[in-house]
Amino acid sequence: MKREIPMIIAGTVGVVLIIQYFIPAEPFGTLNDVFSDWFSIIQASAIWLGALNLIKVAGDKIYRRHKDWPYAAIIIASFLVMVIIGFFFSGGRRFLDPGTPFSQLYDYVYSPLTAMMFALLAFFVASASYRAFRARTREATVLLLAAFLVMLGRVPLGDMLTGWLPKWLHMSEIASWIMNIPNIAGQRAIMIGIALGTVSTSLRLILGIERSYLGGE
Amino acid sequence: MAEQKEVGFWNSLMRIDRRIIFLFIFVAISVPMFLQINLKIPTSPEVESLVATLDKLPDGARVLVSLDYDPGSEPELQPMAETFFGYALRRKFKVIVIGLWPQGPIQAERAKPIAERQVGRQFEYGIDYVNLGYQAGNELVIQRMGSSIPQTFPVDYFGKPVADFPMMQGVTNFSNIDYVFNLSAGYPGTVEWVLFAVDRFNIVLGAGNTAVQAPQVYPYLGKQLKGILGGMKGGAEFEILTGLPGRAVKYMTGQTFAHTIIVLFIIMANIAYFTTRKKEQGGLS
Amino acid sequence: MKHVNLKFLITAFFIAGPVFAQTLADSGAVPAIVRPAEEIRAFDTPNDAGNSITITWKRSPDDIADQGRFEGYDILRGKSVDGPFELVLSVPGGSNERNPLYKTCLDNNTEDGAEYYYAVDAKAFGTAARAVSKMPAKSSQQWFNTSLINMLIAVIFLSAAILYYISGAKSGKKLYIRKIAGLEAVDEAVGRATEMGRKIFFIPGTQDMDNVQTIAGLTILGRVAKVAAEYEAKIDVPVSRSLVMVTAREVVKEAYYNAGRPDSYTDDMVYYLTDDQFGYAAGIDGLVVRQKPATIFYQGAFYAESLILAETGNSIGAIQIAGTAMPSQLPFFVAACDYTLIGEELFAASAYLSHEPKLLGSLKGQDLGKLVIILAIVIGLVIQLSGAFDFASIFSVSAGGE
Repeated sequence: MKREIPMIIAGTVGVVLIIQYFIPAEPFGTLNDVFSDWFSIIQASAIWLGALNLIKVAGDKIYRRHKDWPYAAIIIASFLVMVIIGFFFSGGRRFLDPGTPFSQLYDYVYSPLTAMMFALLAFFVASASYRAFRARTREATVLLLAAFLVMLGRVPLGDMLTGWLPKWLHMSEIASWIMNIPNIAGQRAIMIGIALGTVSTSLRLILGIERSYLGGE
Repeated sequence: MAEQKEVGFWNSLMRIDRRIIFLFIFVAISVPMFLQINLKIPTSPEVESLVATLDKLPDGARVLVSLDYDPGSEPELQPMAETFFGYALRRKFKVIVIGLWPQGPIQAERAKPIAERQVGRQFEYGIDYVNLGYQAGNELVIQRMGSSIPQTFPVDYFGKPVADFPMMQGVTNFSNIDYVFNLSAGYPGTVEWVLFAVDRFNIVLGAGNTAVQAPQVYPYLGKQLKGILGGMKGGAEFEILTGLPGRAVKYMTGQTFAHTIIVLFIIMANIAYFTTRKKEQGGLS
Repeated sequence: MKHVNLKFLITAFFIAGPVFAQTLADSGAVPAIVRPAEEIRAFDTPNDAGNSITITWKRSPDDIADQGRFEGYDILRGKSVDGPFELVLSVPGGSNERNPLYKTCLDNNTEDGAEYYYAVDAKAFGTAARAVSKMPAKSSQQWFNTSLINMLIAVIFLSAAILYYISGAKSGKKLYIRKIAGLEAVDEAVGRATEMGRKIFFIPGTQDMDNVQTIAGLTILGRVAKVAAEYEAKIDVPVSRSLVMVTAREVVKEAYYNAGRPDSYTDDMVYYLTDDQFGYAAGIDGLVVRQKPATIFYQGAFYAESLILAETGNSIGAIQIAGTAMPSQLPFFVAACDYTLIGEELFAASAYLSHEPKLLGSLKGQDLGKLVIILAIVIGLVIQLSGAFDFASIFSVSAGGE
């Protein structure tokens, strides 16, 4: 029973959502909205499951003096600071207004931290491309050349270097061409494959053939 | 002996400590921030088509702006938001802001004053600007907006009933929106807007994406996506074409230096690779 | 001098225009200066759930975008052709439509079955000119969205192909599946972690359970956890969504049970970090750098965090096996990982690992779909180039747009 009920739910909702895509008439339109609302509610309330787990795992680490316990302490402290300041010291529902302590934490702590993580990408792209772009084989050489042209064509330097050539040989034109023709062709081929894979997996889920996500084989 | 030393040098270059590369990149990005260099930035067809579509809209058009990113991608996407708001102010667009990411609406509130300062005009809240805030549910939010925007967003970001705003009178769903502008750093984002709003409700969509994300939305260019701003470069072109130069143009210098450094490193790695391979092959024969 | 004169004339025109128009209108002798919209047509909005009427009209000759004099249209609605009319909607001038002479808008607040007449007021120079639809319109809901017939055919064909091969596979037909290097390497990668006495990390992507890629990733987790249980290797599954945490626990528990080691399983193997994209990346990077796992799996949907994770894993020398259907992240994984499952390989994993005929059958059906698409592309290319017929339009799903 533990497996059958989830499978019936998945199957029914899946079929109804497919039908409503083709039939705009009631009750399908409304059913779609109802299912959407349910999912939003479940997803939003599940946040607590995660938050409680985070506290439990971090708490355990501190209690057992795990070698990483100071990190766990920082997690709990940060969590409590955001929650307490957000709930009690930032004007209730208006906690997002500019100037409240919560929005200041957002602007001056959270924003720089997330931006910093994303910014690491610039460095990692450099080190990964240093390793990856080597002309080991013929295919790798093509890849290397494409990367070279796009990287230079995307910045003004490319055109400075090729400005004396006819316009179609300007680096920016070549970069645009690579992005718009070979790149799109490749991306679309991969996307079509992925779309078919998604359809087939979805069909298996709706029909209950694929049940690995329920813990079964 | 000397040859061995040389091979050793190239070999160590092949396995260069990544921290040395990081250092070079750091210098390449940070130093130009303090320099005054004006680079001529060429524009690309995908940005030109986005601006052309915007230019075709009538003054006072009703546009929906969906900011689907968080501060992580602020350096790339925030300048685009500022430019768009500036453009909207100039064209007297009625701007409806939403966010499929919780942080999106906050980003809008941060971009708005910058645009107002640049253009020298202010949005009148409820008349030509309203921030409807964030709704959980990802692409399902788009789907629900397709049947009713006021039901999906009954109150705005500040908790006021949406029905009270003059600019929202008569707005029921996407059919009352002239244009949708989406800034996206991932999921949910441009792909979802194309699949759920363009394909199902025939909206006109233009989008800005982070450079990492952009190649994924290129395939939709044309019928489904009327132009795209890809990364910092796209943002800079957008600023140039709309005549509202801002931060992206300024940051392009750093990006130019960084790209150059990476290209030089790649060239060096390949020289090292070929030299060591030749030496090894020579040694074997 | 000439400049000043022109400016003066324009200003004078703008000031005098409305006054003049008003005077003329009051006198009743000459019509107002703004010219009305024409050919007002109202009809039931096609392919919808009712409560909506579409109104189209030919734009007023005064609706000129770049002069800024035109103030837009008011759409009004009434029960009879003579009114009274009430305001429904105001729309600006200009048009984005295929035929820019016309403009369309929707009234989405109608009562199904009731008859409505629509009036369109064109407004400029402070004056308005009205035009009314000659025929009434009634809204109703439709039982089928006719603009999606091509989609329906595609869905039916693809589903039929998949179901056909699934039923064929059940009858015992042997099906071939090519080798997928990334999945072949699972045993080796887990074995290495056991030898080194270090952990295995499994990252099921950053998306929730509503993403098919997450489900595909969890399928692979089942296999990895089972091998880990057999080898007695330690596995950690840090997740970024609460629902994924709950599901991943079920999967790992079941795997340990199937491997005959239910006692080795604890709930703490799967834990939640944060929903925040880069917060999650930071959390994992920290864990990776401190605990130095021997093997890291990235299986599921990833965004910009892909390279931040994979490069950090690479820096500590872990064996990395990635799999995602995010086209823009594939290059990063390919550059930084030892093996990468590309797109559909991720979805094929459950069939590949279990060798269950029903699952293999679905792959075969999928391949037939692919064949048909390839044929359509080749035929379409020829027809499109010959200019005989707009072949691409067959695949358009937009209801009435461009």
